[in-house]
Amino acid sequence: MSKTNLTRRGVLQTGAVAGAGLALPTYLSAASHTGFTNAPGDSSVTLGFNVPQTGAYADEGADELRAYELAVEHLNGGGDGGMLPTFSSKVLDGTGILGRKVEYVTGDTQTKSDAARASAKAMIEKEGAIMITGGSSSGVAVAVQGLCQEAGVIFMAGLTHSNDTTGKDKKANGFRHFFNAYMSAAALAPVLAKMYGNDRKAYHLTADYTWGWTQQESIAAATEAMGWETVNNVLTPLASTDFSSYIAPVLNSGADVLVLNHYGGNMVNSLTNAVQFGLREKQVNGKNFEIVVPLYSRLMARGAGENVKGIFGSTNWHWSLQDEGSKAFVKSFGTKYGFPPSQAAHTCYVQTLLYADAVTRGGSFNPCAVAEALEGFEFDGLGNGPTLYRAEDHQCFKDVLVVKGKENPTSEFDLLEIVEVTPRAQVEYAADHPMFAGGQLGSCNPGA
Amino acid sequence: MDAIILQILNGLDKGSAYALIALGLTLIFGTLGVVNFAHGALFMIGAFCAVTVQRVLNFSYETIDPSQTDFLGNPLVVKTPYVFSWFGPETGASIIDWSVPLAILFAIPVMIVVGFVMERGLIKHFYKRPHADQILVTFGLAIVLQELIKYFYGANPIQTGAPDVFRGSFDFGVMLGFDPNVIIYPYWRLVYFAFAAVIIGAVFAFLQFTTFGMVVRAGMADRETVGLLGINIDKKFTIMFGLAAAVAGLAGVMYAPINSPNYHMGMDFLVLSFVVVVVGGMGSLPGAVLAGFLLGILESFASMNEIKSILPGIDQIIIYLVAIIILLTRPRGLMGRKGVMED
Repeated sequence: MSKTNLTRRGVLQTGAVAGAGLALPTYLSAASHTGFTNAPGDSSVTLGFNVPQTGAYADEGADELRAYELAVEHLNGGGDGGMLPTFSSKVLDGTGILGRKVEYVTGDTQTKSDAARASAKAMIEKEGAIMITGGSSSGVAVAVQGLCQEAGVIFMAGLTHSNDTTGKDKKANGFRHFFNAYMSAAALAPVLAKMYGNDRKAYHLTADYTWGWTQQESIAAATEAMGWETVNNVLTPLASTDFSSYIAPVLNSGADVLVLNHYGGNMVNSLTNAVQFGLREKQVNGKNFEIVVPLYSRLMARGAGENVKGIFGSTNWHWSLQDEGSKAFVKSFGTKYGFPPSQAAHTCYVQTLLYADAVTRGGSFNPCAVAEALEGFEFDGLGNGPTLYRAEDHQCFKDVLVVKGKENPTSEFDLLEIVEVTPRAQVEYAADHPMFAGGQLGSCNPGA
Repeated sequence: MDAIILQILNGLDKGSAYALIALGLTLIFGTLGVVNFAHGALFMIGAFCAVTVQRVLNFSYETIDPSQTDFLGNPLVVKTPYVFSWFGPETGASIIDWSVPLAILFAIPVMIVVGFVMERGLIKHFYKRPHADQILVTFGLAIVLQELIKYFYGANPIQTGAPDVFRGSFDFGVMLGFDPNVIIYPYWRLVYFAFAAVIIGAVFAFLQFTTFGMVVRAGMADRETVGLLGINIDKKFTIMFGLAAAVAGLAGVMYAPINSPNYHMGMDFLVLSFVVVVVGGMGSLPGAVLAGFLLGILESFASMNEIKSILPGIDQIIIYLVAIIILLTRPRGLMGRKGVMED
């Protein structure tokens, strides 16, 4: 017969001691004293860079990471300072953020919402990241933004172009510097009308996810306002690699323009397929058949090679811009890495500086103080001209670039040429615009 | 009617790729009894042989052009391919233009060596292991290969164009009495279909009309008896593995201009190719080819707007749906042999 020493009193005592022991680190953490998640110590502050390091957007993620490392270097007083001297706000002095050295941790989004949330969560909970930034997909941005809102940290979005990020899925803790599908359409449509006329019939192929839907809705509305007719919109699975069966019926539809609402590998393959079918050599309705790619990326354009020549699209930023901020960033990035930065790198670098600046101006790492400093903030000197971080939806408003594939590139980086810098006023919209309706910003969450 | 012809044509090139990959898979399964999940990676390596040849032909020397500047404002470094200086700009440009067909010459030995190393170095150790072990190890190998390719070539697709002479499309509609531009088909896809037909024909002829092929077919039917006759069947099967790798590689080389190669393309084809093998009948070479074309064309039909409007999402599941129906009605697949994978 066995004898046990287990008593009710003993269990309660052990439970109380164990509970107190487990609770002690949390009680002693700075967060609980300062009232917000992951409050930094006196010597350093940790930022979380959540970028695709594996998967289809790994090259873009690598460029984002380069930009973040450059930003950290500049914030800590290293290198040539990059955009710090050109930034209209002058509170950043190369001594870190509020006197704390900037350190960083990285996560791999894998361009999957679940993986991105998991890596962001690990950076917040295990590595003490006070701000999460990065990403190269709207699906990921929306997912991570939601997580950051719940966790009580600031999310400075990387490359995300869906209207939903600052539309129906906007969050008080989330901020987007990158432009969106509406802005692309508003900038691109007048140029398309000028180049191809007002009497056009467009056939859309659209990636079947949040970005594709909002991109198609935006460009269709903008081109229809110019007099174009939308003949058809075909949703294509995101995993598609061969678009021939979607492209083959285009000519027979009566359309004389093909709009490819595709990004990344989808864009490379659909554009390559369309060119293979000889669409660009065809005449329909007495006009030359044209192809449009509303969102361009230089890194992706490289994949499509010669096929991008002469094709119009839009981009958030391009290394050939000649403003002082862009020149300083290109010089800094190009000297360090040997090639010019992508638009993804630019927006990530700028977001890091904007966060550091907001903390410094607000005098606190508290997410609510940071949000307050960013809301309605007007700045210049970071490329794209005078820019506003609108308080109502946390979307940046700035000039947008309309570009086209360069006919005679002088180098492997020289793939796009700027056709027009569309002024900010032309791409602005009301915060309650129907394409952005359905969500609430809510109130900022400091966590802890 | 025009839409039906159009989708049949569209299905041909994808069906060609499925058929070529499934043919290699069936050869390996039939001879070695190995379920090779790394076969898609061989297709991908073939496509990257085309990328490599294109890059090698574009190896350049650098000269400084002080009249132009680079993105940092320094004098522009102009790159000129060595083939331009060796053969003159015109011939050099033509050589680069034809890099994909030229890559066939490079891919054949490379793929045979890759197949040989893969079989001798890893897969032969798994002949007597359960199929589950074979699947796990070859799947792992496929991941290693694709990560290696990503490490050296990056994650983004790399454009690898067909020769200029094959740009544009052939207007079948006009030939059949339809209006212009109703039924068009890119020239390169026609080339791909013809190429696949030649390769498939050559493999069948090789197996049917050569002594080597006869021994391999005998080995596929009864490996033990052929061994007892004093024939080193293992050596012949190793050569067959190399041959299957070469077929997959050639399919990849010629597919490069159709879809810009990326490190993941092997996986994209692998699962569907296995479905093709199962539908065609495990171990049946004609079955693999037939099912390859059949499923390629069906997939193409399923992405027609008219069909998608009735059954949304059908384009993504059609192959699996047809596979289920065929396996329910013909459990051994379309041309499956009795006794194969039934023990």
